Order: sequence, then structure tokens, then C-alpha cells
Amino acid sequence: MNKLPSSTRALMLLALVLLCLPLVLPNSFYYDVAIRVAFNAVIAIGLNLLIGYTGQISLGHAGFFGLGAYASAILSSRYGWPPALALVAAAAGVATLALLVARPVLRLKGHYLAMATLGLGIIIMIMLTNESALTGGPDGMAVPPFSVFGRELSGEKHWYAVGAVALWLMAWTALNLINAPGGRALQAIHGSEIAALAVGVDVAAMKVRVFVLSAAVASVMGSLSAHYVGFVTPGVAGFLHSIELVTMVVLGGMASVFGSIIGTVVLTLLPQLLSAFEGWETVAFGAVLMLCMILLPKGVVPTLRARLNRSAP
Amino acid sequence: MKKRTLITSAIALVFAQALPAAAQGKDPIRIGAVLSTTGPAAYLGDPQLKTLQTYLAQINQDGGVLGRKLELVHYDDASEAAKANGFAKRLIDDDKVDLLIAGTTTGATMAMAPLVEKAGIPLISLSGAVVVVEPVKKWIFKTPHTDRMAAEKVFEDMKKRGITKVGLLSETSGFGQSGAKETRAVAQKYGITLVADETYGPKDTDVTAQLTKIRAVPGIQALFVFGLGQGPAVVTKNYAQLGLTVPLYQSHGVASNEFIRLAGKAAEGVRLPSPALLVANALAANDPQKPLVTSYAATYWKQYKDEPSTFGGYALDALMLGVSAIKRAGGTTKEAVRSALEQTRGFMGTTGQFNLSATDHMGLDLSAFRMLEVRDGGWTLLK
Amino acid sequence: MLSQLLQFLFSGLTVGATYALAALGFAIIYNASGVINFAQGEFIMLGGMAAVALAALGLPLPVAIVLAVAVTGLAGLLIEKFAIEPAGRADVVPLIIITIGASLVVRGLVQVTLGKGTHSLPAFSGEQPLAIAGATLLPQSLWVVGVAAVVVAALAWFFGRTARGKAMLATSHNRLAAELVGISTRSVLLLSFVLSGALGAVGGILVAPLTYTSYDMGIMLGLKGFVAATLGGLGSGLGAVVGGLLLGVLEAMTAGYISSAYKDAMPFVLILLVLFFMPRGLFGAKTIDRV
Repeated sequence: MNKLPSSTRALMLLALVLLCLPLVLPNSFYYDVAIRVAFNAVIAIGLNLLIGYTGQISLGHAGFFGLGAYASAILSSRYGWPPALALVAAAAGVATLALLVARPVLRLKGHYLAMATLGLGIIIMIMLTNESALTGGPDGMAVPPFSVFGRELSGEKHWYAVGAVALWLMAWTALNLINAPGGRALQAIHGSEIAALAVGVDVAAMKVRVFVLSAAVASVMGSLSAHYVGFVTPGVAGFLHSIELVTMVVLGGMASVFGSIIGTVVLTLLPQLLSAFEGWETVAFGAVLMLCMILLPKGVVPTLRARLNRSAP
Repeated sequence: MKKRTLITSAIALVFAQALPAAAQGKDPIRIGAVLSTTGPAAYLGDPQLKTLQTYLAQINQDGGVLGRKLELVHYDDASEAAKANGFAKRLIDDDKVDLLIAGTTTGATMAMAPLVEKAGIPLISLSGAVVVVEPVKKWIFKTPHTDRMAAEKVFEDMKKRGITKVGLLSETSGFGQSGAKETRAVAQKYGITLVADETYGPKDTDVTAQLTKIRAVPGIQALFVFGLGQGPAVVTKNYAQLGLTVPLYQSHGVASNEFIRLAGKAAEGVRLPSPALLVANALAANDPQKPLVTSYAATYWKQYKDEPSTFGGYALDALMLGVSAIKRAGGTTKEAVRSALEQTRGFMGTTGQFNLSATDHMGLDLSAFRMLEVRDGGWTLLK
Repeated sequence: MLSQLLQFLFSGLTVGATYALAALGFAIIYNASGVINFAQGEFIMLGGMAAVALAALGLPLPVAIVLAVAVTGLAGLLIEKFAIEPAGRADVVPLIIITIGASLVVRGLVQVTLGKGTHSLPAFSGEQPLAIAGATLLPQSLWVVGVAAVVVAALAWFFGRTARGKAMLATSHNRLAAELVGISTRSVLLLSFVLSGALGAVGGILVAPLTYTSYDMGIMLGLKGFVAATLGGLGSGLGAVVGGLLLGVLEAMTAGYISSAYKDAMPFVLILLVLFFMPRGLFGAKTIDRV
């Protein structure tokens, strides 16, 4: 019996989970959590391609998210653009920005991208806070609902469908990217950059491409998030949000698509669970981060996979 | 046979309807709160939570409301509006609260607004910007004075002293920027021109650069600072260091003894609008606010060994308003509570006297602010 | 005109001295281990808050200060022992997350034990401003710059003349070689954290009379210190100091001459420019080779 490749099986399992989840969600608050998890997971998968495969960190990804969110908000509410068009335009703009920043920096070796993205993320947040005539300033602005072809997306059920589809598509794209011939270059870089260079892989160009892709993905999810929540504030582009995104990737497992999903679930649920700690949330959160990284340095999924492989005969 | 079953089931149905109503009599009244107890707005949210907890316990000790106990379900939005939105959903859909007292920051309140309006549950906000109640939203009320009122009170005082050229230094926080916007909007009404308009960040450690620029403006007669927490204290210190002599006005964001403590001698002569709570002891014996504010100050001090803050006062007023509305509505039916809130008249709070209506969901007027000046390291009531 | 420039310069140098101390803390830990310690800002905060708390207990100010520095050094030691060492030879990214987790724990503990309020320390030698060529300077600023200079000189002596210090330098140049000649790299790592903790604390205590301290003042300071260190060339001590001072001055100039709203963006614009045109920083650091 020909066994389906593990990635296809995993995708089928993901589809099954996403389809069955609505059966167990008791009320719209739980839908809300699921939607937020789905959105974050999409960003995490994109970010994982960057961190897990090309070994670069972005400490300002929330900036791209914020740009997407605000571009959608401003274009659709102040200039009357159709939301779908605003979303695409925002993603294109963010991709261009990412390209401009990454090209000069990724040619260098080392963690310069981390610093560049750190700077960029904070500059974006400051701009969003200061240009209040356009962005509503520190108190943020309202965002009209998302509508396409005259039909409006409203309510948790619609958005859950959007989130689930987006997540499945992103997982499928990422897995295909990695396993396809073009994606082999990614795996080569992950294994050894110098070896990849030796066999002729244009490492720098690959890194730029992955960075731009992950930035565009963040922008799209930012736009969708803005329409879902109905309100956007500069905090979404902040440094702490960027750190949260990186943590989702690293916690779940670098170079593991499903690890990103697990990491997102854990990190999105954690504040809800920690709300019982009454004042000790920050300490608890920090402690959890440290423990996870010390005990499971490769992330949850790869470590578990390694353990399972070891115990299997 | 069939007829009997029908009658039995009909009677059963009637009882089934009645039972929950009777059970409601014993169910606790659930109040949901989303406050910023961590993050940049923790300075405001922390006393708000403490106030709610203390007074809720006291009300329960005295027998509760309509024979039912009060229950508080609260979440911390960490000063992030998106989180506030999520927690509001949790309170409405999962915790099924009857009333919301929430929104330490304007951003949080506005992020929760669409949800609240859709779900049809009353929200009493604790945030300052005028946009919360203007235009009036059916289910949203607020207890703090608006930033526009603060600007107007300050300009009123300036006009009395013949000041016409004023410099504005505002914080880049939500409070500061919203206040700056209102300040610019009402300046002309009082014959005031803003000759300087600078900003500083809430965690800035030094604003001498901005103050140096302001000092250089020809003919400037006063400086108005709009911010809260430690920022204005840094401004005040730098102001003294640079030897600036024009009168310094602050906003109600620093109506606290902590401001005098932090700014030290430099605070001498600073004027600001404040709720009566800050000068509880200096109020005239027949001042209608005196009993309430002195009792709040005493209760808070007893419990937390700390001075009560005017921000905590907003929470107290919200709680008492909510309780009064529930009593008048005879229950927790949301629409009934909402109308009862709108019909509140002559309600005395720590912030002032509230007279709400269908077109005014805040209910305070300028007299709720008192103009104060710092003299000899303490607050003096002006006029 | 000149007095305005001078005023900006004074405030820039004062703030810059704090950035310099923060940047030095980054540089020392980075040199010893390649770790970018995101908890550095919290060391600055902890120093100030601890001093305030100890002084409030009734201890005389100098004693409170010394104890606060010791407490923060201890915090550094605990972080190294319980967070960095167990991670072993982890990759850079997990280590960054660990230091971020550590910073949250420190911040959270201070928030719970010392509250969310803002606190101040009394100025060391009074609040009477000094007038110099039309600009004014608070005596505390002189303390900040002066003590920072003394600390930098002491560190230079330590790294240049003592065996311990030279061992640390050797480890930063080549860890393997250092281990081969018998240097205990583990104790070097421990010392680097303790030293950075103490450095941060000194910075925090020096500026507390000027800028106040609260449980969340470490975040921005840490970030700007990191920028300053990178500006000067990550790993170079001199670079950290120069980077910090330069950053402070440029920030003040931006607030004074360009726009006060974008003052905070200046360090980050600077880092982008440096990365595009001068990635090694002012004083050239080693590049990290990936093999």
C-alpha cells in the first residue's frame, strides 16, 4: 500500500481538525480565540520560513502587520477603496518596503537583519502614533467591515471560515515550497549555508525572497485582522507584538510548519489562561518562555518528534 | 388523554419560565471589567481595580443589591486596545455579565464600542476623551470629565488673568494627544492663540530641548502641559531648571499628590483642574461633595495604605451609578438599566454631580472641576 | 543660538551617558558569549527601583546605592546561572527568547513587589541649576557623566591590566583558544553577567534623580542601549561609549531642531543608515561567520 507522504497526511489532519472544531466551540468568544489563533498561525508559518530555514530573525514583523492593518483601515474608511483592493495594495506596498530594506542588509553575514527589522518596526510604530490626522493617533481608528462583491463578512462563523481557509492554504503553500525543487534551495541553506553556496545556490537572493514573502503575509493578515476586530491602534505594530510572533515560531519549532501552528496555539491561549494569575501574569509568561526554551531548545514539535523517533523501534 | 398532557405540559412550561426568574433573584449580579492594570496605563487602571474590589466587597457586606450579591469578573488588557476587544467578547459571550465597567484608555473603550453596541449591554467607560460620548452611543456612558472640559477650565482661568498667548506641550500618549486636539479646538473660544505646539514621549527622561524651543517664542505668556504620570513631572523639573517664569498649567492627568512628590519644589505655582477628591479636607463644610470624597479617601487609605487617585474615583462613580441604575430598574434587564442610567439626575459622585440624559451620557459640567494651585508643597483651592 | 545648541548638547550628553552604560553592558555580555541580552534594560530599572526601595526602608542613601548595585549584580548572576547556562550551546534565537523571558520575569517581580508607581531618588548634590554660557545644567548631570567616565576608565583598566579582565577579552576573541589555555569560560560568562548587571544598576541609580524610575522604564532604555552598542560596533567597548553619547546628543538635536514627535525614531533611523552604509559600526566589530 502506497503510504501518502507525511506532509499530505498532516495537511489532511489539519483540514479535519479545522472542519470539526466548530462542533466543539461553545460560544462566540471561543470562535474569537480560534480566529485569532488562525490569523497568528498564518503569520507564524511565514515567519518560520525566514527564521527556521534561512536562519534570519525579524524583530519587527509586527510593523508589517501594522502597516497592512492601517493601510486597509485608511484606504477603506477615508478613501472609500473596496477592502479587497486595499488589502492587495497594502501587501504590495509592504512587499516593496521589505525588498528595499532587505536587499542591502541580507548581503551581509550575521544578524544585521535583526537589527534592521528592529529599527524598522519601531519607526513604523512611531509614525503610526504621530500622524494622527491620517491614522487617528495613539487612540487608533475604526475599520469598516470587510466586503467583497457587495457581500459583507460579519460574525464569527464567516471569519472562522476565512481564518481556517487561510491557515490551510498557508500550510499547504509552505510545505510545497519546502518540498518543491525550487524549495530544495531553502533546505540546503537550512542545512549549511556554505555548502549551499558551494553548489551554486544564490543564498542572498533566496533570503530576500523569503523575507519579502513573510512580510507580505504579515501585511495581509494585518489587513484581515483590522477588518475583523473593527478597530486598530498603533500598539499592533509594537516591539512586544513582534517578539510575540517570533516566540510563536521558536516555541513551536523552527523549520516546522506544524510547529508554528502549535506554538501559536500555546502563545495565544496562554494570556487567557494566565488571567487567573492576578498580577503575576508577566512573571508567569516570562517563566514559561524561559522554561520552554531551556528544556525544548528546538521547539515543541521537533523535540517531541525526536523523542518519538528515538523511542520507536 | 391528549388534553391532559397538553395542560400538564402547559403548566410545566409556565413554571419553567417562572423558575429562572425566581432563580434570578438569587443569582449574583455580574459586573464585567476590562481595565489596564499593566502596561503604560497601569497607573490609572491599578487604583480602578482596587476601588472596584473594595467597594464591591463593602456593598456585598451590606446585603448586596436588590438582595443579590455583586460579582466582579475582570481582565487586564495590558493597555492594548486589541486585547480589550477580545476580553469584552469573553465577558459578553462567555462570562455573560450584566453590566460592563471598562475601558481605562480611550483606545480600549473605542475598540469595545462596536461589540457593546451590537450585544446591547450597558458600558460605563472610565476613559477621558470626548469622542466616547460624542456622538452619543446608545449603550456607552462615561464617568470622567472629558479632556475638552479640562482645556476649557484651564482657558477660563487664563482668560481671567488676561493671558492670550499660550504654548502647548502634549504627551504622545492617547490621553495627551486627545487632550491636545481638544485644546486646539477650544482655544479660540477663550481668545487664546497657541503660539507653540510641541510633544514629548510618556517615558521621556528629558524635555529641555522642547522647553528651550518654547522659551524662545516671543511674547509667550503661559505654558499648558497635557500628560499624565511621570512625564509632566519631568517637564516641571526641566521647566524650573531652565529658569522659565511664565505660569505653568497642567491637566487633570497629574491631579495627584504623587505629582508634587515627584516634581518637588519645581511644582510651586503650578495650576490645574481637578476633581474635588484631591482637596477633600480643604472643601467647605457644606460642600455637597465633601462627605463622599472624605469617606472614599479614608476607605482607600485604610485598605491600601495609599492615597486614592482621581482615576480610582472614576471607577467608584461608575460602580455607584451602575448600582443605582440597577436598583431603579428593579433588576438587571439590560434595556431597563440603560434607561435608568439615562434618567440619572442629581447623582453625587467623587468626580462631581451627574445629570445624565439621552443626549448626555456623561452628565458632568465645568463646575465638577475645581481649579487648584500648588502652594507650599500642597494643593490650594483657587477662587 | 549658541546657548540653545549648548542646552541641547548638555541634555544629550546626560541621556547619552546612560545609553553608554547600557551599551557597555550589552557589549560585555556579547563579547563573552555572543548573547544579545535583552534583559539589559531591566538591570537599569532594577538598580534604580532597588535603591528607592532600600532608601525607603530607612537606609542612608550611599548604603542603599551600594546594596542596590549588589542586588542587580546578583540578578545578573541568577539569570546566567538559571537561564543561560542550562541552555548550553543553544542557537542565538532561543537564547534571545530566553533573555526576553528573563526580562519579563524581572519586570514582573518588580511590578508585584514594588508596585506600578513612579519613584524618585534625591539628587546627590542638590537641585540648584548651574548656568554655563546661557545654558543650564543640573549638578546631577555632572554626576551622571562624571561617574560614567570613572566607570569606563575602571573597566578599561580592568580589561587591560588585570588577569581576569584579559581572560575575558581572550574569550571574546576566540573561545576555543581561551579554553585551551585554561581559562574557565564559564566563570568568564558568569562575571560578564554580574558586571553588566552592576553597570546597568549604576546607570539607573545615577539618572533616577533626574528622570525617575518605574517598573517599566527598562524597555525603551534597553532597546536604545542596544542601538547604541550596534552603532559603535557590537563588541567594542569604546564603540559602546561613543555610540551611547552620540545617540543621546543626536536625539536631543532632533528634538530641538527637527521635530520633538520624531525624537524617539532617530536612534532607529540611525541604525538603518548604519546598517546600509557602515554595517560594522563606528569602531568595527567582528562579523559573525555562519558555517
